[in-house]
Amino acid sequence: MASPPLAMGFADPARDAQRVFKALMSALARPGRKQRLAARLSPPPPLTPELAAVALTLLDFETAVWLDAPLAGAPAVSDFLRFHAAPRIIAAPHDADFALISDAARMPPFEVFAQGTPDYPDRATTLLVQVAKLATGALRLEGPGIAGRVGVSAAPLPDDFPARIAANAAGFPLGIDLFLIAPDAVVGLPRSVRLAEGN
Amino acid sequence: MSAMPTITYNFGYLDEQTKRMIRRAILKAIAIPGYQVPFASREMPMPYGWGTGGVQVTAAILGPDDILKVIDQGSDDTTNAVAIRSFFAATAGVRTTTRTKEATIIQTRHRVPETKLGPEQILVYQVPIPEPLRFLEPRETETRTLHALADYGLMHVKLYEDIARHGHIATTYAYPVMVAGRYVTDPSPIPKFDNPKLDDCPALQLFGAGREQRIYAIPPHTRVVSLDFEDHPFRVQRFDRPCALCGAEDVYLDEVILDDRGGRMFVCSDTDHCDQRRAAGHAGTMAPQGAPKGTSKP
Repeated sequence: MASPPLAMGFADPARDAQRVFKALMSALARPGRKQRLAARLSPPPPLTPELAAVALTLLDFETAVWLDAPLAGAPAVSDFLRFHAAPRIIAAPHDADFALISDAARMPPFEVFAQGTPDYPDRATTLLVQVAKLATGALRLEGPGIAGRVGVSAAPLPDDFPARIAANAAGFPLGIDLFLIAPDAVVGLPRSVRLAEGN
Repeated sequence: MSAMPTITYNFGYLDEQTKRMIRRAILKAIAIPGYQVPFASREMPMPYGWGTGGVQVTAAILGPDDILKVIDQGSDDTTNAVAIRSFFAATAGVRTTTRTKEATIIQTRHRVPETKLGPEQILVYQVPIPEPLRFLEPRETETRTLHALADYGLMHVKLYEDIARHGHIATTYAYPVMVAGRYVTDPSPIPKFDNPKLDDCPALQLFGAGREQRIYAIPPHTRVVSLDFEDHPFRVQRFDRPCALCGAEDVYLDEVILDDRGGRMFVCSDTDHCDQRRAAGHAGTMAPQGAPKGTSKP
């Protein structure tokens, strides 16, 4: 039986990865503000084209990646990531540099991931989370990168998401950093963002 | 002479795996403002001390649509600035400019442009010694612990000793700042005149130290406070005369020796700012009479 053909990676790796990275960098530097993210990939489901583009931009043999249950349960996803980026795919989330999450509503609590150490707070997991929708909205945020305040909403997300962001910020400089990745857009939520009063 | 084979580099010189490693460090640097993220700095085709950290950061963020400006002590036309600009013109084919307003990425050595930066711009600093506590505590293990504990007493003692010895804080460049209320950070050896420009800046600021293998960042609209004391507040130096070429009063000036009899002039350190002002009709006391407006300074 012939195996199904492997989905293509970036057509132009240097320029495609730069465009995606620029969106990620802008998103993290301006938390809560949507940045355009264009992806021309057709990865195996449930991986979305946008999450696949982010994965190919950030992952390589130096990184350990954790996949949530729907992604881990699709062998074609691991094959796609291994062929194009060759990350170590691991089962323990607290050892992960990156976590790929396709089922945002059921994402594990932030505490299971690497939080960094007081000496090396950068050694923390970055969560790459697929969402269906991103908009300006009710979750009011403040912190570095935000002039005044910014409101963001995303779906689907766990009900206690605001409380998780608040707890993550309280642990600064430790904590996880998060990207919400929707079709055509990305929002960054670094550990430095706090809930504004009145949420 | 026989024809040399054409060498083609990857876009922006660095290979993609190196860019990914630097990009991951940049993202962590932005997420933890002011914290120095270690990265695996590469050998570059220029010596350490010539901006290899800034060049690696620029190479990792640069895209084909970017317009690059490079300044060295405020000037677009010194060796370091010219060399780095032509390096990226050759290896990435990007457009370059000397005009601050046109640039999307500005790589700088030791100055912040006088022209206010905008939200679509990124300022990349070349950093020699990223650790603000290094001259007070040489051991990396110790300075790392001091940052972890946010124990910055040493730095305040140093500033206090300045006051005890000189009557005022005598640190004039690489003046330490507190970023977002957490990490004491070296703004690189910019004159302290430029420190206020770091605070609430609309542009993203990235810092690259090649030899020391550190990257750090100040996100836009981040609180950046120069360390001081209630009875000795932070102050920037003032110049007692305007720029001799463009008449600007609120800028940082370079002293230019004119002869061996004590002749001197003070001119804008930021050559683009000076050019733009003269093109707009401003003239200082030593501006050439009848010369075409907007020409470079002598």
